[in-house]
Amino acid sequence: MIKTRQEYTTYQTKLKAELAREKMRVLVCAGTGCVANGSLTVYEAFEQKIKAKGLPVKAQLLEEAGGHEPYAVNISGCHGFCQMGPLVRIEPSGVFYHHVKPGDVDEIIEKHILNNQLVERLLYHHPATGQAVTTQDQIPFYQKQTRVALEHCGRINPDDINDYIAHGGYKAITEILFEKTPEQIIDEVLASGLRGRGGGGFPTGKKWQFARAATSDKKYIICNGDEGDPGAFMDRSVMEGDPHRVLEGMMIAGYAIGADEGYIYVRAEYPLAVKRLKRAVVAAEEMGLLGYNILGTGFSFKINIKEGAGAFVCGEETALIASIEGQRGMPRPRPPFPANKGLWGCPTIINNVETLANLPPIIINGGQWFRGFGTAGSPGTKTFALAGQVAHTGLVEIPMGMSLREMVFEIGGGLRDGKQFKAVQIGGPSGGCLTEAHLDLPLDYEALKQVGAMIGSGGLVVMGQDTCMVEVAKFFMGFVQNESCGKCVPCREGTRRMLELLTKITRGQAGEEDLALLEELALVVQDGSLCGLGKTAPNPVLTTLRYFRHEYEAHVRDKKCPAGVCKALQDYYINQEKCKGCGLCAKVCPAEAIAGAKKEPHAIDTARCLKCGTCIEKCKFNAIYTA
Amino acid sequence: MNEKHYQCNCSLAGAKKLDEQAVDKILQKHRGKPDALLQVLLEMHSLIDYIPENIVFQIAEGLDIPPADVFGMLTYYPSFKTAPPGKYKISVCLGTNCYLRGSSRILERLCQVLNIEPGDTTPDGKFSLEAVRCLGACALSPVIMINEVVYPQVEPQKIPDILISCEKP
Ligand SMILES: Cc1cc2nc3c(=O)[nH]c(=O)nc-3n(C[C@H](O)[C@H](O)[C@H](O)COP(=O)(O)O)c2cc1C
Ligand code: FES
Repeated sequence: MIKTRQEYTTYQTKLKAELAREKMRVLVCAGTGCVANGSLTVYEAFEQKIKAKGLPVKAQLLEEAGGHEPYAVNISGCHGFCQMGPLVRIEPSGVFYHHVKPGDVDEIIEKHILNNQLVERLLYHHPATGQAVTTQDQIPFYQKQTRVALEHCGRINPDDINDYIAHGGYKAITEILFEKTPEQIIDEVLASGLRGRGGGGFPTGKKWQFARAATSDKKYIICNGDEGDPGAFMDRSVMEGDPHRVLEGMMIAGYAIGADEGYIYVRAEYPLAVKRLKRAVVAAEEMGLLGYNILGTGFSFKINIKEGAGAFVCGEETALIASIEGQRGMPRPRPPFPANKGLWGCPTIINNVETLANLPPIIINGGQWFRGFGTAGSPGTKTFALAGQVAHTGLVEIPMGMSLREMVFEIGGGLRDGKQFKAVQIGGPSGGCLTEAHLDLPLDYEALKQVGAMIGSGGLVVMGQDTCMVEVAKFFMGFVQNESCGKCVPCREGTRRMLELLTKITRGQAGEEDLALLEELALVVQDGSLCGLGKTAPNPVLTTLRYFRHEYEAHVRDKKCPAGVCKALQDYYINQEKCKGCGLCAKVCPAEAIAGAKKEPHAIDTARCLKCGTCIEKCKFNAIYTA
Repeated sequence: MNEKHYQCNCSLAGAKKLDEQAVDKILQKHRGKPDALLQVLLEMHSLIDYIPENIVFQIAEGLDIPPADVFGMLTYYPSFKTAPPGKYKISVCLGTNCYLRGSSRILERLCQVLNIEPGDTTPDGKFSLEAVRCLGACALSPVIMINEVVYPQVEPQKIPDILISCEKP
């Protein structure tokens, strides 16, 4: 139990010495992606096999390993390069092995750990030159990244509070409790220019000022960990990989506005994040860094963890508050804003996970340091979930203002399988689709807004030539339609009608007038909806209509899907050279649309064909194709 | 809003049940609090993983609210289930990345093989199927999850093998 500032400093010095004593540290990624690829068995193998060599091994910083220079074998949070998992990083050299299987562990121990030789075949190889890359930082995927919020993800053991403290954790809150007034903290955050990372981009310091000014005996901080964008996992990685950082950020926010209680609202689908956060809260409380009268300063802070119940709209602040209060999570009109009247009627600040994770380094290094990254209007860094048809998918943190081109072609390594770039969808269901013409656009709040997209949560999906943009718009519309809470009519009915229209278009049953109707409806939904869900729901449709109109026109005018995705708009043919005349397709065709003589190439009667695709699946010679 | 409906579950093998006393105890604990209904549902759900129809009426009576309110809350939040889950809970990711890599065909195939719709459980109580949005393993898409185990890069043809493999210890 740490009771004074002096005790904290002494304890941290001791932990740092302990860290320095480690001879080597093996970090095995235990993020969701790597666990799916079997990283936990790799972790166990390292632990057992190093022990079996008679060497001292420890899984926690303060564990007694019985040797002078112990080997630490730790799990870590997500490294971001999920597709290459399971990933293993070895400190202090920063050597990075990928696709590590339990069978490789012996070799790594024998060569690297005992004899300081690299295991070349498990290193990353530069795709262009074929050269092996030794350390993590030299891999092109990481070279252009700057990690602030993700600083500790992949570097520390998320289940060990001591590891966090040894890496500078809880220093920011300790410092401000003794040296700064809440107003000074707000000024520092204002100076940093930090804007909310949850999508809206509202200046964090400004929001805090409102809550600070509100008079009330009770105020709350809520950490928004709902992360509803279906394809984003940045917040999850922070909560799983560095949970104490989130707690410390909340405490800083609490001190600034005068709150003594906080809630973390976590998406129900993130069981691992819930587990790690709960453990972190208990550990911080036991250590005396969280709870009543922290370090004898009179500042108290309590953190509760609430699991969401799976509704996307609960990410919206007023709906989130309703959900914590035990109501149906439906938004209400603002004002009053939560900063004045929030949870249980008290002034409440809601901040996104990443916003909060940026706070400790801002306090330690100062607002000006933070401004050293990013652009004048959008300072700092932002995490993105880079996915889709790029060669390198994963979790990325970049200084704001980097161009889309750098993101897709340098960090992402261009498109996979030699595909041609077509579009990028940014910001999830509230965001938009951008084209090749936007590749030099800087990734910041204003630039994206101007072209009809938004940073949103930070999902970034790269699409190649074989993606149908109408189908993509339909996918997002299907999502918001399903998630619309039903409270306001424009969103509830409008999104449903829009989805119907899009479905009609992809089936080739729509006319030109439907495009006009779709556009009109989109504007009505945008204007008339109560909350951000409805207001932004038409963005994917509007941007695709704007930048890929020809594709919509091909669907309604020529009844063709240029990308060859929409099933109903394709015809099925049999390749006369590949067909062996086995007759299987004719047998399975439910419409009896296939005919041909035995052992002779068959043919499909396109007029009778139902386009069900059964024949393609059954054909053993790949002879059936669509066009 | 997700559509939910009660199907008759009495024949489902292995479905867990809550007895009347257990329900009463939970009601007692939360009665009178402003967030009682949600807390009661969450607690019962954490015990048996679904809320049976008869319990809905018991809750309404116990908290002195109309059953419609209970149904309202129950059907509002997608994580509440009205049918007992199978021994193997299969979640198919229909998030952006998985969808763009063809996960809807995986879902179709699973429906076909198991002969159930998303949201339902097979009559022998073995498998239940649902569609979810993003399991956070997008780099490995398309993915499915069976009882907390994530299966990366699933191909529709592999579905029968995967189903057989989860029955093996
Ligand atoms: C439909 C909808 C969903 C949202 N989902 C999230 C979410 O998952 N996570 C999040 O942090 N913010 C989400 N937001 C934004 C929040 O309402 C809020 O602006 C944000 O949490 C504020 O934190 P920040 O200022 O740190 O960004 C959502 C907003 C809307 C309208
Ligand atoms: S989209 Fe399927 S795991 Fe993210």
